Amino acid sequence: MDDLLSEFLTETAENISVLDVELVRLEQNPNNPELLGNIFRLVHTIKGTCGFLGLPRLERVAHASENVLGKFRDGSLTITPVAVSLILKSLDTIKGILAVLEATEAEPPGDDGILIERLNALAEGREVADGSTPAAAAPTPAQPEPIEFDAVPEPEPPPPPPKPQAATPPVPVAKPAKAEGATKKDGPGQDLAVIPDLAEEAPAKESAVAAQTIRVNVDLLENLMTMVSELVLTRNQLLQILRSQKDSEFAAPLQRLNHVTSELQEGVMKTRMQPIGNAWAKLPRLVRDLSHELGKKIDLQMLGADTELDRQVLELIKDPLTHMVRNSGDHGLETPSERVAAGKPEIGRITLNAYHEGGHIIIEISDDGRGLAIDRIKAKAIQNGLASEGELAAMSDQQIIQFIMKPGFSTASKVTSVSGRGVGMDVVKTNIEKIGGTIEIKSAAGKGSTFVIKIPLTLAIVSALIVECAGERFAIPQISVVELVRAASDSEHTIERLKGTPVLRLRNRLLPLVSLQHLLRLERPEGVEHDDSETFIVVTQVGTYIFGIMVDRVFDTEEIVVKPVAPILRHIGMFSGNTILGDGSVIMILDPNGIASGSGDVSLAETSRAEHASVQAAKADDRMALLLFRAGGGSPKAVPLSLVARLEDIDLASIEYSNGMPVVQYRGKLMPLVPIDPGFAVHGEGRQPVLVFADGDRSMGLVVDEIVDIVEERLVVQLSADRPGLMGSAIIAGRATDVLDAGFYLTQAYKDWFGSAGTEAFEEDRTHRVLLVDDSPFFRNLLTPLLSVAGYSVTAVESASDALGLCEAGEDFDVIVSDIEMPGMNGLEFAQAVRGGSRWQDTPLVALSSHASPRDLDRGRQAGFSDYVAKFDRDALLYTLSQTLSEHKGAA
Amino acid sequence: MNGKVPAKRAKSEESNSGGNLDFVTMTIADQLFGIPVLQVQDVLGHQRITRIPLAPPEVAGSLNLRGRIVTAIDVRLRMGLAARPKNKPEMSIVVDLRGELYSLIVDSVGEVLSLSNDDFERNPATLDQRWREVSTGIYRLNNQLMVVLDVSRLLNFANMEAA
Repeated sequence: MDDLLSEFLTETAENISVLDVELVRLEQNPNNPELLGNIFRLVHTIKGTCGFLGLPRLERVAHASENVLGKFRDGSLTITPVAVSLILKSLDTIKGILAVLEATEAEPPGDDGILIERLNALAEGREVADGSTPAAAAPTPAQPEPIEFDAVPEPEPPPPPPKPQAATPPVPVAKPAKAEGATKKDGPGQDLAVIPDLAEEAPAKESAVAAQTIRVNVDLLENLMTMVSELVLTRNQLLQILRSQKDSEFAAPLQRLNHVTSELQEGVMKTRMQPIGNAWAKLPRLVRDLSHELGKKIDLQMLGADTELDRQVLELIKDPLTHMVRNSGDHGLETPSERVAAGKPEIGRITLNAYHEGGHIIIEISDDGRGLAIDRIKAKAIQNGLASEGELAAMSDQQIIQFIMKPGFSTASKVTSVSGRGVGMDVVKTNIEKIGGTIEIKSAAGKGSTFVIKIPLTLAIVSALIVECAGERFAIPQISVVELVRAASDSEHTIERLKGTPVLRLRNRLLPLVSLQHLLRLERPEGVEHDDSETFIVVTQVGTYIFGIMVDRVFDTEEIVVKPVAPILRHIGMFSGNTILGDGSVIMILDPNGIASGSGDVSLAETSRAEHASVQAAKADDRMALLLFRAGGGSPKAVPLSLVARLEDIDLASIEYSNGMPVVQYRGKLMPLVPIDPGFAVHGEGRQPVLVFADGDRSMGLVVDEIVDIVEERLVVQLSADRPGLMGSAIIAGRATDVLDAGFYLTQAYKDWFGSAGTEAFEEDRTHRVLLVDDSPFFRNLLTPLLSVAGYSVTAVESASDALGLCEAGEDFDVIVSDIEMPGMNGLEFAQAVRGGSRWQDTPLVALSSHASPRDLDRGRQAGFSDYVAKFDRDALLYTLSQTLSEHKGAA
Repeated sequence: MNGKVPAKRAKSEESNSGGNLDFVTMTIADQLFGIPVLQVQDVLGHQRITRIPLAPPEVAGSLNLRGRIVTAIDVRLRMGLAARPKNKPEMSIVVDLRGELYSLIVDSVGEVLSLSNDDFERNPATLDQRWREVSTGIYRLNNQLMVVLDVSRLLNFANMEAA
C-alpha cells in the first residue's frame, strides 16, 4: 500500500476516535471554544489530507461537516443535539469509506448527497427536520453504521476493484493491491452487495493498517534510554577492570557485552532520532498537487533533509510544516502570469531549509512570492476586532504581521479547499510553542516571505569537544569548532597581548582570544598550578565572527546527548545544556553564542538577531575588527585587522637603506618600511611598532607610533579624504578616526603589489572588465583599486538595480562580482535575475560575502553564482577571478 | 506536596486524619530540619559534583544520579550559615520539584519521624528572615525543635534572582 495512504489511514483513524469523544463532550459543554476549536482543526486536517490524496467523496463529506463546525465556531449556529448527531453521522460515513479504502485502496462508489445536503442546510441555518430524530429525518436507517453505502450508486464514479470479497475474511489487507485503474472499469455488478458488508464489518474490528505500527509512550523510551546509559557506564567500568587484569577468562564475554551494549545504545538512540526529511517526504507530492490545483508553477527546494530531530519534536512540527508549505503555495506565490508581469521567473520557488545553529534547530520556509499583504492584514484585524485603526497605525509592520498567528485569521478573500479558513497559522504557532520553539516571520512586499522556526535542541545528539580549564571540564559543540591551535613557547604560535588583550597570529591574521578561565570566573584550585607556557586555543566560529577560546587542555571528542540545564540555571547564557559523559561525570556544554556575546562589548547575539530583520542585515555585516593606532599626530587611525598580517616591534638601529628606501631585515628577507608620517625620521634609538602586510613571500612594514586597541565596529566612512593614503574618516570607539587606505601604502612599497597575482594568471592583452556590485562604500573603495592594480577595468555600482540598469543600457562585462547582503535586491536575487534570461546570463558571477559557510555556498550556487569568495580574502578573490575567466573562456 | 498543609489542617482535620505526618530529618550545623517523606527521592552520601561556573553561590554543582542530572544545592549557604568545614562529611537528600531533581547537601541525614500535628507550631515571628522564608513551621520534639523545610521555597532563590 502507498505509504502516504497507509499513514493517512492511521492518522485519520486516530483523529476520528478523538473526534467521537470530543463531539460528545461538546454536546455537554457547548460553550467551550477550545473544544470546538480542536474539533474544527481535526476535521479540517482530515479534509485537507483527503483533498491531496484525491479522495473526493471523503473530502466532500468532511468539507460539509467543517462548514457546520465553522458556523458553530463563529457563533452563528447554536450547538444542538440534532446538529451534533448529524456531524457524528458524517463521521460514521467517513469511517465507513475509510474501511473500504483500507481494503481496496480506492474510495467506494456512492453518493452522500443527502447527508451533505442536510449538513449544508444546517450550515445555512435552514430548518433541518426540526424536532424529529435523525432517523426520521433521513431516508436512511438510524443505525450508526455508514448507511449511505446502501444508497443508489451514481453512475459516474468508478466502481471498486473486482475483488472486494477478499476483504470478507478477517484480514482485508492490500490483496487487490494494484487492481486500480483499468480493472476498476470491469466489474460493476458484483460490488453492490459486498460493499455494505464490508462497511458493516469494518468499524467492528481494528484497522489492520493501524495495527502494523505500535505507539510507545515517549516516557518509556526516555526511561529505556536512561537504563541503557547506566548499562554503558557499567560496561565501561567492567572494561576498566578488565584492562588491569591480563588473560582474564571474562575477556571474550565482556567483548561481546561491549558490542551488544553499543548496539543497544545506538538502537535506543535511533528510536528517538529521525531525519527531518521524514517529515518532508509528503511535501513534494503535496506541492505537485497544489500546483495543479491552483494553476501555479512551483519548485520545491529541500535543504538539510538529514538534520536529525527528536522524534517527538518531529511529530509536532510535521503538521505545521505542511500547513506552512501549503500556505506559501496558496497565499504566497503568485500565478505564473502575475509573476511574469512582476518581472520574476514564471516558476515560483518554495525553499525548506533545516540546520543546527547554536543548540537549536532552525527550519526556514521561504517563498519568493508576493510577501504578506500588510494592508489586508490590517483590514482583517480591524474587521475581527483585534485592534483599532489607531492601534494599528502605531504598530510596526513586524507587529502587524504577527496577527496572522491569531486564531480565525485568514486574509484569503475566498475560502478555498486549500486554505483560507484561518486554521493554519494559529495551529502552527501553538504546536511550535508547545515544544518550546519560536516562530519568526520576515516578509518583503513583492519579494516573498520567510518563516523561521527555531526549536530547542532538547534531545539531539551532538558531537562535542571536551576541554579542560582550571581543573574543570567543558564540552564545546564540534559544530562551531573550526580548528585547534597549540600555543606554547616552543611552538610557532605564541599568544601576544595588545594592551592586555590576548591575540594570536594565525596564518597572517590576528585572532581575538577569549580566556575561558576569565570568562567563567574560574578559580584555580590551590595547589594546581597551571603551566602558562602551554595553552590550547579552540578556534570557534559564530556567524561571521571567528575567535579563539583559550583552554588548558583538550581531550577527545565525544558524542553527547544534550540535556537542558535546571530551570534555576537557565539565566546563565554561557551554557546551552549539560550532559553525562561516558565516565559518568556531569559536564556543562558551552554555548559559543553566549561566549561570543559575553566576551566583549560586541553583542553577537544581537548581530545575529539583526540578521533576521532583513533591513539591518546589510549594516550588521559591515561590522569588522579594526586595529586602532596612532601615527603622525592628529586623530587616531584605523585599518581593518584582517589586512594586517603581523604586528612587529623593530629596533630602529636595525634599519638600513636600500635604494633610498628604509628597509629592515625580516625573516631572512628585506622588508621595505613605509612611514605613515611623512616627517618621520628613521633615525635614533629605541623601538618602533610596525604593522606588517604580507602577500605571498613579500611583506611590507607600515611604521606607526603606537598601537592603541582592537575594536569590533561597524565601519561607516563618513568623510572621504582628499589626502592620498586615507580612505576617509569614521567614528570608531566614539572618536573620529582616519581610516587608512592600505592599498596606497602597499603600492608605495611595491609598485606592482597587486599586480603580481593577477598578471601571472592570464596572458591576454585585453583588459577584462569587472562589474563590482556592493552597497558598502568601504568595500567599493577597497576593492576598486585592488582590482584595478591587478589589471582589471572596474565599474563599481552600489546596488543590484543599478547593475541591472547597466545591463539594460547595453554594457558588457567579463565577470560580475557581487555582494550578497544588500538592501533592496540582495545578491541572490540579483543572481537569479541575471541568470533568469537577462543579456548577461552567460557572464560569470562571483559572490562576495562575509558568510562563507558551506550552506551559503550552496545557496549561492543555486542562485546562479559561479563562485563564492569570503570578503577580505584578497588572494582568493584575485585567484577566483582569473580562474573563472580562464574557465569561462575555455567553456565558451 | 505542599509543606503548608500541616499549618492549615492542624486544627480542622486533626481528628479525622489522625494528625500524623512523616518527615525525613537531617541536621545542618547542629540544627534539626525535616522534609515531608513523600517529597524525598533518595538519600546520598558524598558525591562527585561538577561545579557550575557563574551559578549562584548556593548552587554547589550538578551530579549524575543513575543517568539523570541533578542540581546540588548547598543548604548551608542557602540558609545563610557558614560554609561547611572542609573535613566535615556531607550527605544529600534528593527531592523532585516540578519534574527536576535537586540534591540538598546537608551535614547528616537522620531517621524518619512520624510527628503529630499537635506538636506543630508556626514560625516564631522573631525567626531569622532567611529561615522564615524557607520554613513552614516548627515541630516541638522532646529534647529539640525541628524546622520544616518547604522545598519549593528553598529552591526559589534563582528564579528571584533571574527575574
